[in-house]
Amino acid sequence: MQLKVNKQSRTFEGDPQMPLLWFLRDELALTGTKFGCGVGLCGACTVHVDGKAVRACAISMSDTAGKSVTTIEGLSPDGNHPVQKAWRAENVPQCGYCQPGQIMQAAALLAENKKASDAEIQETMAGNICRCGCYQRIFAAIKVAAKEV
Amino acid sequence: MKNRTQAIIENVSRRNLLKGIVSGGGLVMAAQFLPTMARAEENLYNTGASGMPGGAVWDPHVYVSIDPSGTVTIVTHRSEMGTGSRTSLPMVVADEMEADWAKVKIIQAPGDEQKYGNQDTDGSRSIRHFVQPMRLCGAATRQMLEHAAALAWGVSDSDVRAQNHKVVHIPSGKSMGFGELAVAAAALPTPSMKSIVLKDPSQFRYIGKGKVSITDLRDITMGKATYGQDIHVDGMKYAVVARPPVVLGKAVSYDAAAAMKVPGVIKVVMIAPTPMPAKFAPLGGVAVIANNTWAAIRGREALNVKWDDGPNADYDSATFKQGMAEQARKPGKIERNEGDVDAALAGAAKVIEREYYIPHGHHATMEPPAATVRIVNGKAEVWACVQSPGGTRGDVANTLGLKESDVTVNVTLLGGGFGRKSKCDFVLEAALLSREMGGAPVKVVWTREDDIQHGFYHSVSYQHVTAGLDASGKVIAWRHRSVSPSLMSNFMPDPKRESSLELGLGLIDTPFNVPNLRLETGEAVAKTRIGWFRSVNNIPHAFAMQSMVGELAAELGRDPKDFLLEMIGPARIVDPRSTVTGGLWNYGDPWDTYPVDTGRMRAVVERAAKEAGWGKKLPKGQGLGIAVQRSFLSYVATVVHVVVDKDGNVSVPRVDTAFDAGYVVNPERVRSQVEGAAVMGLSLAKHTLITFKNGRVEQNNFSDYKVLRIGEGAMNVNTHIMAHGIDVPSSGVGEPGVPPFAPAFFNAVYAATGKRIRDLPLGNQLSA
Ligand code: FES
Ligand code: FES
Repeated sequence: MQLKVNKQSRTFEGDPQMPLLWFLRDELALTGTKFGCGVGLCGACTVHVDGKAVRACAISMSDTAGKSVTTIEGLSPDGNHPVQKAWRAENVPQCGYCQPGQIMQAAALLAENKKASDAEIQETMAGNICRCGCYQRIFAAIKVAAKEV
Repeated sequence: MKNRTQAIIENVSRRNLLKGIVSGGGLVMAAQFLPTMARAEENLYNTGASGMPGGAVWDPHVYVSIDPSGTVTIVTHRSEMGTGSRTSLPMVVADEMEADWAKVKIIQAPGDEQKYGNQDTDGSRSIRHFVQPMRLCGAATRQMLEHAAALAWGVSDSDVRAQNHKVVHIPSGKSMGFGELAVAAAALPTPSMKSIVLKDPSQFRYIGKGKVSITDLRDITMGKATYGQDIHVDGMKYAVVARPPVVLGKAVSYDAAAAMKVPGVIKVVMIAPTPMPAKFAPLGGVAVIANNTWAAIRGREALNVKWDDGPNADYDSATFKQGMAEQARKPGKIERNEGDVDAALAGAAKVIEREYYIPHGHHATMEPPAATVRIVNGKAEVWACVQSPGGTRGDVANTLGLKESDVTVNVTLLGGGFGRKSKCDFVLEAALLSREMGGAPVKVVWTREDDIQHGFYHSVSYQHVTAGLDASGKVIAWRHRSVSPSLMSNFMPDPKRESSLELGLGLIDTPFNVPNLRLETGEAVAKTRIGWFRSVNNIPHAFAMQSMVGELAAELGRDPKDFLLEMIGPARIVDPRSTVTGGLWNYGDPWDTYPVDTGRMRAVVERAAKEAGWGKKLPKGQGLGIAVQRSFLSYVATVVHVVVDKDGNVSVPRVDTAFDAGYVVNPERVRSQVEGAAVMGLSLAKHTLITFKNGRVEQNNFSDYKVLRIGEGAMNVNTHIMAHGIDVPSSGVGEPGVPPFAPAFFNAVYAATGKRIRDLPLGNQLSA
């Protein structure tokens, strides 16, 4: 089967049930997409599939056939997506492990609705756990990015 | 080098043996010193750094290199798990040596404590133990560069000065860049400590400013930062392990053939369990090695392992809690005794007795443990997210029967640590499996279920507190019994009660100003692996003590903050060393540097209260709560504001934390730690719950092991750092924010609702 990852065509011939997460991480070495829970509960593996935020651990390879996947590595050619810039301006990360997933989720949210209310932001971001507890800054950074997207 | 367990035990029992920083030796440089600077020795204080394996090293020949283009490379030897020490310690070096931060590169040291000094990134020690050595290192580097320039120009050292990445000849104004001086400076011997002159703090460019972002910031936002789970080595295989669901269980049978049928599975290997005390030895089980993680996971599902559960199969949290309660209700072993508690309680006008319970908890670092090991020609190479690269090196060497010098431990970034990644069982699994594969690189991946079910758990604890009041409402007696299985059960035959180390974590060091005071422990057997979790036993000790203070204040109709200050008593040094029976563990640091100072404790209480607007009128269903704890030699008070709705849902619109960690090197990272500690504290208060049934952990993933999510509260945390000069010794930052949170929160819940919660987590107790 064929899919696109960060605009490049890719072929996959293994177990169609394999989650996209392991194809990205083990086969393409795109390890910016993190493994946190494996069952759609933490958001660490968030990528965009045809522009929508999707948990890479919860979508099988067979369901990505013909689709276009964007990972954190492909979000912006120079790392200067407004969300990435806001994350740096607000010094959001502690350990950083959850942050690619947070950024991908936030970028999808703002792409869809840059006027998202505080409640909508929190509701959408509630699927992304940060065990270090950077929530206050994640929220602040999204508000900053919203002005720029 | 001392073995680590021994070091832990020695540290527990040692007192006042601690010397200063290890001298680097070498020649004394003749140099005159600028008047704003002070000689190193006069300004240094003793820490426990020299008592740790490897001690402290500050030699620039170890830590700093400069290339001819002027790029300064600074080694960072502690693991980065989110506290920022990987940035903050090199920043100290750069500032002291007058380097331009934009021209500094940071490289991570492999595990080698003989070379780099202690690397055990634990106990909130990185800044506390290394701010001085890193200042010395930077200052020594500066002096070597200055000396090299003076030699080149044939002038006196007193006429040259390092300034912003170059050395200037003051009389003529000519200068040479650090790059030009690099080779000559590197050839110089390290100056003796006596001759080193530290910068005057008024000259700092980076230290204490909070303007330097973490070094990995850009990489993190681009997905380029590499963690233990992310390692790729040529020819690498992937493994997952089916571990015994009960600690000390053994696999009796399994279907290797079924696992081998899964495409991509290469091998099925049995790992033997290690009897307790097992230190960090693997739990054993059955490993499946495959060409990718997914195949390994599918192979493991096919194994159908039958287990012999062994002696811990009867571990049941509900029953165990009853047993702990019984222990807590009868006289225990006396750990600290002042006055006559029995007589005082017998003669008290009023006696108040309360019990507090905290269940097991688990770190659930966002990155589950993972490690990769390769063995080539009798030499092992490790890539792993470990908090203790030095200890890991020794443990891998022992496990494989190699010399330590034949083991290289490369330290990746850690996707959270909180104490879990101090225990290198996951690395030892990878070492054993690489050997099974003839030395081929093997990455052991822990899934979230593995992480939650096979942890080193924050200990369950039961606290029973009895207070006696006289007719005027003064607390004249305090008897506190603490019952909790000990983490020392990993290292020695189970002591069946808290060790000195655990008791020193906020129980027997209490400064409470009560004339009759007795602290006791009751018996509790470890039926699983107990591990340290961010701030460790400070959590239950602070929860019980600070909740009890709130309860007494309510009983007496007193203002909780005023009553707390009364319990702390006047500003003074409280020295419990003579009334503690088993020795006072002062976090491994010398008492004289870090005594128990109630003046500082009072100050954080007053500050947090003031910033929070303590005493303000709040609508019905809202309340403020306060708590304070000295932990990791820092003083932290927190005021939590809660709003409880009619369905019993609690939100936390505001938190104010006053934080006294002595001299602060990186205030911006202190704030991020305090914010994170509030989130973890609220998580503990509301959700944290690991339970055992038939010896097995009942929780699996974030569905049933709940952690705080965005919007649940603690989104408005205000950190108030107590300002100190550099003469006030730096103390811990990573952990001390956690302990006061839960009691402050529950004191606030009481203020809002009149309901007192003594049994954690909160769950739905307010809606019942
Ligand atoms: S790893 Fe995919 S949601 Fe947690
Ligand atoms: S920054 Fe560590 S989990 Fe979010």
